[in-house]
Amino acid sequence: MTALPPFQTLLDEHAATVMAVLRGAVGRADAEDCSQETFLAALRAYPKLEDDRNLRGWLLTIAQRKAVDHHRANGRQPLPLAEPPEVAVLDPEPSDGIWTAVGALPPKQRAAVALRYACDLPHGEIADALGCSPEAARRSLHEGLKRLRKELA
Amino acid sequence: MTPTSNASATAGAIERFTARAAAEGLLDVAYARAESPFGELLLAQTPKGLVRVGLPNQDAEALLGELAAKVSPRVVEAPAELDLVRRELDLYFTGRLKHFDLPLDWRLSQGFRRRVLRAIDRIPYGETRSYTEMATRAGNVRAVRAAGSACGSNPIPLVVPCHRVLRTSGALGGYGGGLPMKQALLELERGAGG
Repeated sequence: MTALPPFQTLLDEHAATVMAVLRGAVGRADAEDCSQETFLAALRAYPKLEDDRNLRGWLLTIAQRKAVDHHRANGRQPLPLAEPPEVAVLDPEPSDGIWTAVGALPPKQRAAVALRYACDLPHGEIADALGCSPEAARRSLHEGLKRLRKELA
Repeated sequence: MTPTSNASATAGAIERFTARAAAEGLLDVAYARAESPFGELLLAQTPKGLVRVGLPNQDAEALLGELAAKVSPRVVEAPAELDLVRRELDLYFTGRLKHFDLPLDWRLSQGFRRRVLRAIDRIPYGETRSYTEMATRAGNVRAVRAAGSACGSNPIPLVVPCHRVLRTSGALGGYGGGLPMKQALLELERGAGG
């Protein structure tokens, strides 16, 4: 087994991505709490981690689980979803232009778009983060983009 | 959504995470960077005590990797955890502290080396000893060269004062932080002590 890098390396390299993903998944107001929970869970499990090839994917998987916990605690439908809900979830403070439209997408599409374009993740890692197949991730992204094009046209 | 507000929110989240990790006892290795008259130091401690001090000319990233491999991969930058260490070092560098009162974690040195380092830890402020004396104290009068290499491998320099060990001739010998730093530390201690 290769030695795991210092945990701080994960924070330095991936904390911003985790935060951005959680913004997409639970909204700006709760992203910070969820990211703390994510890092704590990761730190607890870290010494026993056996596969260190995709630490970002591992962190994002934990983040995804924390987002699900968050939605459950709030009595909302958890992510990921087999069927994206048709009701848009709006951010409490919509900002300008395209990200406002992104914020109005159904949660799974919104997460897929944010992961792809805000965090620059490849499809495989978006799938990891959303806990779905690469095809499903690609579909969410495609649906999200289609809807955005219509909104912004 | 500006990059700056994202960055500061992320920084805030990390800071609160670190405090919670400390409260939960998850910081196997907490580290901080600290200013010194010689440049930036790296200070690392375990729940047992100070385990590693990196001198300015040493590679901080390599040192953190080494801690992850030898102590625990739970290595987290947690400046607040090292406030006491930083405070004592600040006082030391301004000549106002002559004896460090910090718990130490000796785990990075074993056997003869550890015995040499423990002997070094008892050399009083402002005084010097020879490598031969340290070898004798550690139980092997002929292991002068090994005593020298124990000094060279000191994981906790400054606090375990390997700069107080010289050649029998009075020549400086070696120092991990470079000879000018060793010289300056000896002068600092002479000045403040005299």
